[in-house]
Amino acid sequence: MPKPTTSLTLFFLFALAVSTAQTARIAPSQNISVYAELNKAPSKAIARRNPLEKDPDAVAAGAKLFDLHCAECHGDMAEGGKKAPSLHANQVQQATPGTLFWLLTNGVVRRGMPVWSKLPEPQRWQLVSYIKSLSPAPQLDPDSRQSRP
Amino acid sequence: MRRILSPELDRNQRSPACLQWYLQMRLSCNYGFLLAPLFLAALAIPALAQESPYIVTYDHYLEEPGSLEVEYFSTFGTQRGGNDFHAFWAEFEYGATAWWTTEVYLDGQTTFGDSTLFTGFRWENRIRLLQREHVINPVLYLEYEQTSGADKILKEVEGHDVESDYAVPNARARQEHDHEMETKLLLSSTFNGWNIADNTIATKNLTGGNPWEFGYAIGASRPLALKASARRCSFCPENFIAGVEMYGGLGDRHSFGLHDTSHYLAPVVAWNLPSDWTLRLSPGFGLNDTSHRFLLRWGLSREFSGFGSAIARLLGGH
Repeated sequence: MPKPTTSLTLFFLFALAVSTAQTARIAPSQNISVYAELNKAPSKAIARRNPLEKDPDAVAAGAKLFDLHCAECHGDMAEGGKKAPSLHANQVQQATPGTLFWLLTNGVVRRGMPVWSKLPEPQRWQLVSYIKSLSPAPQLDPDSRQSRP
Repeated sequence: MRRILSPELDRNQRSPACLQWYLQMRLSCNYGFLLAPLFLAALAIPALAQESPYIVTYDHYLEEPGSLEVEYFSTFGTQRGGNDFHAFWAEFEYGATAWWTTEVYLDGQTTFGDSTLFTGFRWENRIRLLQREHVINPVLYLEYEQTSGADKILKEVEGHDVESDYAVPNARARQEHDHEMETKLLLSSTFNGWNIADNTIATKNLTGGNPWEFGYAIGASRPLALKASARRCSFCPENFIAGVEMYGGLGDRHSFGLHDTSHYLAPVVAWNLPSDWTLRLSPGFGLNDTSHRFLLRWGLSREFSGFGSAIARLLGGH
């Protein structure tokens, strides 16, 4: 049976994990280096075409998937949040579908983005379709963007 | 590690009335312990999980950072030479980072015609070893558990665990206290919608000079549809993931192998609901004479995104 000291230790360790997660938030100045992850995609991945490019339902399905899995960090409108950058940014919108698919598949684990290969390939392509459908926004200075209310 | 207790351990058993009061008090405390994280979880935002259907096997996917998954699992088991049982556990799984998931379990069981017991806790950690996705993805699993000999959740089968170990009456079995360190190497691969996972288990009971014990769990699963539909729906085929898992013991350091071990084959299915809940069901069948003939497992879980942020806000952070 657990003793009080053991339970307290356990709670302390769990709280430590919680606080560690808080420090994993993305700092404004880190946005640029997060976008730089897109440049690490291998050429084979960059060249991949979206097989659902002409699927009329792909964007709507991708929007649903985005709402379910991505909006918590990237914001409801993909405008970016405390934990993840905007997907309207030029770096994202100018990336090839294959690059975005590669990033979704591999995540950016060190910077807090999990791998999303647990979503089947077609669902990841649907997400790519949705992301590419977003309107590009003028790139904001990361520090000024964070100062918004 | 399970062993049959000696009869002299029965000497200090409580009287029935005292035992009943004691059980009520223990359960009250335990429920309180369960309710605190649920209250905190209520502060966070629910999010649809894409959960695997496995109940015993682990794949390489970790909890999303800052998310808390609250889970309840239940195992009904048949018991030859004793009473059937219903074992249950609560899990609080938290994504500390994208490469580290930490989890607390609280275990209990009811043996029909005997009693209901809180049987201990476990603290597990899963650490992703490689940053990117590969053909085979390794995850290191480390767990400390402090359970009584009456624990019957069968979360993993290892060493020479066999059905007859579970026939010991609760009053005797609870006298045994296990402090175990459990390690697993989780290997998992996803291809064309299929997930294949293999877990190798090595467990050391820290009390006494017990040898390392070994076990395995393997699983394969696939969503019923790979493309998502454009509308939110409960019964869309992509919300269902079906598969099968097999698990069992491999003896210990002194007698490695299949002799005197138990093994199970269990179809599994998970239903990921848009209303943020995941339901899992798994009927398990013993594959040899030393296994329970039938184990029926089911589980209900809910994932809460932003739990870490909610805690930070509660503590006055930003």
